[in-house]
Amino acid sequence: MRLDILDHGYSPATKLLFALIRLFSGHPVPDAAKLAFYRPDFYGTRAKEFTHEAMRGPSAWSVGDRELMAAYVSKVNGSAFCTAAHTATARRAYQDGPMVTAVLADLESAPVEEPLRSTLRMLGKLTAEGKLSAEDMRQVLAVGASRQQVKDALAVCVAFNTTDRLADAFGFEVLSPEGFEAGAKYLLKRGYR
Amino acid sequence: MPDNKKQAAHRALVDRILNGEGRSSAQQRARAFGNDGLPPPLNTLIGKVATRPTQVTEADFAAAKASGFSEDQLFELVICAAVGQSARLYEAGLTALAEATANGGAR
Repeated sequence: MRLDILDHGYSPATKLLFALIRLFSGHPVPDAAKLAFYRPDFYGTRAKEFTHEAMRGPSAWSVGDRELMAAYVSKVNGSAFCTAAHTATARRAYQDGPMVTAVLADLESAPVEEPLRSTLRMLGKLTAEGKLSAEDMRQVLAVGASRQQVKDALAVCVAFNTTDRLADAFGFEVLSPEGFEAGAKYLLKRGYR
Repeated sequence: MPDNKKQAAHRALVDRILNGEGRSSAQQRARAFGNDGLPPPLNTLIGKVATRPTQVTEADFAAAKASGFSEDQLFELVICAAVGQSARLYEAGLTALAEATANGGAR
């Protein structure tokens, strides 16, 4: 990563933990996880709590829907690491790789229900333009997404606009497809805490 | 309400990075969060984190370090910039939703 402390600035106990993860998973610890372990009182502890709540807390959106939102927002931001990580997680959560691929290739023609399509469109606009109108929101509500679902989707969008920026600023290393698959399995089993 | 828990967790993160103990000053962190009022060359790095993070380079970090910021300070300030920009998106989205539902009708 672009800061040496994020590669080497860990306590002996944390370094041992990283070594054990590498040993048992067969893959290096992803930079996203390493960041959360660096001075966790400053960022990692609370960031994990918020992200877990957004991605795994109570919501009418499924885990797959929220992982797809994370992948979509990351794609709009051009974040290679986060797009790959959450594409893999969404594919695994839905057990439907072609649908996830279709959404990321062309949202408008993808085989998804209108509340999800409209919500993804809204998140993409907010991410790309930094603003939304009341009319943008009315369009999402008009096709059947509830007010609570919009709020839940905004939390996902916020979590990944943060993570995308940190991934690209700090220079997270893009993993092998096998590495992203292992990460996806972990995120579906354990979440973000 | 589930959204209260999400928003509370977000507020706790924002509050910690801005008001808790840090290696950079609270004023520097607030300026990075707002992407406003930082001196060059740090403003280049922070501006990119907020608005075009894929364009951040090694040289942006090297220039910020050469101007006297430590790695731990840059760790904090980059995080503040990322969380700050995202917080503005949250506010914009929630405001648009409140306006869209101001006269009732939405679930």
